[in-house]
Amino acid sequence: MTDDKSKDGVDRTGKSEVPDEVGKPVAEKEVVEPKPAVQQPAVDQSPENVPAPTGEVRPVGERRGMFGVSGTGDTSGYGGLVAPVVLPGAAQRPYGPSTGSGGAGWFDVVADGLDPLIESVVIHRGEITFHIARENLVAAVKLLRDEPSLRFELCAGVNGVHYPEDAGRELHAVYSFLSMTYNRRIRVEVSVPDADPHLPSICSVYPAVDWHERETYDMFGLIFDGHPALTRILMPDDWPGHPQRKDYPLGGIPVEYKGGTIPPPDQRRSYT
Amino acid sequence: MVSTSSTTGTEDIYAGASETTDGKVFTVSGQDWDEIAAGLGEQGGDAQERVVVNMGPQHPSTHGVLRLILELDGESVTEARCGIGYLHTGIEKNMEYRSWVQGVTFCTRMDYLSPFFNEATYCLGVERLLDIEDAIPEKANVMRVLLMELNRLSSHLVCIATGGMEIGALTVMTIGFRERELVLDLFELITGLRMNHGFIRPGGVAQDLPPGALDEIRGFVALMKKRLPEYAALCNANPIFKARLEGVGHLDLEGCLALGVTGPVLRSTGYPWDLRKTSPYCGYETYDFDVQTWDTSDSYGRFRLRLNEMWESLKIIEQAADRLAKMEGEPVMVADKKIAWPSQLAIGSDGMGNSLDHIRHIMGESMEALIHHFKLVTEGFRVPAGQAYVPIESPRGELGAHVVSDGGTRPFRAHFRDPSFNNLQAMGVMSEGGMLSDVVVAIASLDPVMGGVDR
Repeated sequence: MTDDKSKDGVDRTGKSEVPDEVGKPVAEKEVVEPKPAVQQPAVDQSPENVPAPTGEVRPVGERRGMFGVSGTGDTSGYGGLVAPVVLPGAAQRPYGPSTGSGGAGWFDVVADGLDPLIESVVIHRGEITFHIARENLVAAVKLLRDEPSLRFELCAGVNGVHYPEDAGRELHAVYSFLSMTYNRRIRVEVSVPDADPHLPSICSVYPAVDWHERETYDMFGLIFDGHPALTRILMPDDWPGHPQRKDYPLGGIPVEYKGGTIPPPDQRRSYT
Repeated sequence: MVSTSSTTGTEDIYAGASETTDGKVFTVSGQDWDEIAAGLGEQGGDAQERVVVNMGPQHPSTHGVLRLILELDGESVTEARCGIGYLHTGIEKNMEYRSWVQGVTFCTRMDYLSPFFNEATYCLGVERLLDIEDAIPEKANVMRVLLMELNRLSSHLVCIATGGMEIGALTVMTIGFRERELVLDLFELITGLRMNHGFIRPGGVAQDLPPGALDEIRGFVALMKKRLPEYAALCNANPIFKARLEGVGHLDLEGCLALGVTGPVLRSTGYPWDLRKTSPYCGYETYDFDVQTWDTSDSYGRFRLRLNEMWESLKIIEQAADRLAKMEGEPVMVADKKIAWPSQLAIGSDGMGNSLDHIRHIMGESMEALIHHFKLVTEGFRVPAGQAYVPIESPRGELGAHVVSDGGTRPFRAHFRDPSFNNLQAMGVMSEGGMLSDVVVAIASLDPVMGGVDR
């Protein structure tokens, strides 16, 4: 058991070890073998997904320690634990019996309609997400709208998610489409690198995303090429930075009350 | 008060004209239109034909801090644009720095006229990520439905009331707020607060119904059945009311779908799209109610539609109250102690507060209970990594929270697709080509709430 442990006390097997403070023999610790502490169970817990082979799982971040605290002395010994943050993995065909009222097996029907344009498909908690490369986005949403077997009449909007540690795919734009004809709802996700945050606007196909794209630009700095007027919408026009990015601080001023001082929310002790 | 008129003449330091690079700009604060008419006469050419009027953001008829930029040709609107963001409070960003349960406290403040819907869509998303959708107690679901339908009533009442006020029908406003007050009293009785409740939590609701609540609700429903016909009697066939609303703010089905407009505006085109029926949540499929539609696609149709929807809400409230009467003592929070909020509230001599029984238990009886309470309250529970979007039918249309977790105790990202934000895009289409006086009618029929638009 001790062989697995590397020099810096980080247990690469995912199991952690309690420091042996009372000096008991190592063998005795078998009875109190700690469980795998903080792992991302999402991949295992979504039975729809065939677990991706090791090596194909792409961590989008890592979590250190067991109790979520940072910047404070963690004397428990769990502080060295490093666990990758893994989002639900790609699903394999067939996508199985779909839940909801969209008809049996509609995940496959929609996937067939979009087929060559799809990068990967994730099914998690009964919701399907199509990852699509930005070059194919406009062609894909045109198909979604016009293809009789798809008929996604409504685009509920787009919003961004910033994964700063997902190298090369830091910024994600997440669209939600609704087919009222078939009562189906899908999610389309486009990932772009932080260094080149361009993706095509789908405003010409779904005018509804006009403001949503402006908001996503405002909050994340994603540049939707071809948008008729890509300006800030919620923040003032001359605002520096894009507030919803993870590297943008929450800010705020310290609160002073009766002589006591409370730091701004993002600087308080917190648990992640 | 500062007096704007002085002995020196008609000079008004707040309302004057100034030369800018884009032409002459007049600041209007009262009855000084003759000055503008004279000033425009001096300009000549295009300026006499075309005026750009900035309406808001502080204007009583624009539903909060909404700014309208209108280009006028006489009294006709040739172009209309919205300026929003004046109420942006960074709620989504703030939620990333608080635990999953604390997120409810934030999102309830977005669309302040329908707080329960914000809470519900967020909690449904979190519950889907936690995979506890089937473990939510029945009583919690019924209470959620009850609160949401009461909230739909109060929201529609405000919509009708402020819509009436904006066209000068002040009685519609006073009776609308009169009934809304009764709903808020019910909220106060059940949750302790009139708004910003934070009552629907991931896993259930914060606490059980207080004693006597069902009687109050039944009394309210009985009263509303007497009061709602008053609205119909006052407005439905009122020639002035109809003249102001009929044919105004027209948006057909095609326009609604292209612009992503949902809710009463979509249903006023005759399309019965209601998420309570098409993708039921919280057990809506077990209630008996109809989706109301209208076929005129205009402001008057939306008014009538909202009135009819209030009757349907009353039906649902009655059914929910009947079910709750049979559920006394049943749990209102998920049984999983790793998710359920440990603390309980109770009414004490000084009002609502922490339950003394619970405090005695954690402080005097059980060390483990104290640790458990402390961990869950300070750190919170972990939510498996992934993303979820569970839209619900809010009084204004499709409201959904896109909830992203990285497996931590705080939302990695929580984005709200607010119907007010989306529907306000239709303002231009609905008011261009019409009269200036119809702009506020069109906006009132969209019923945007700026707290939800700007978040």
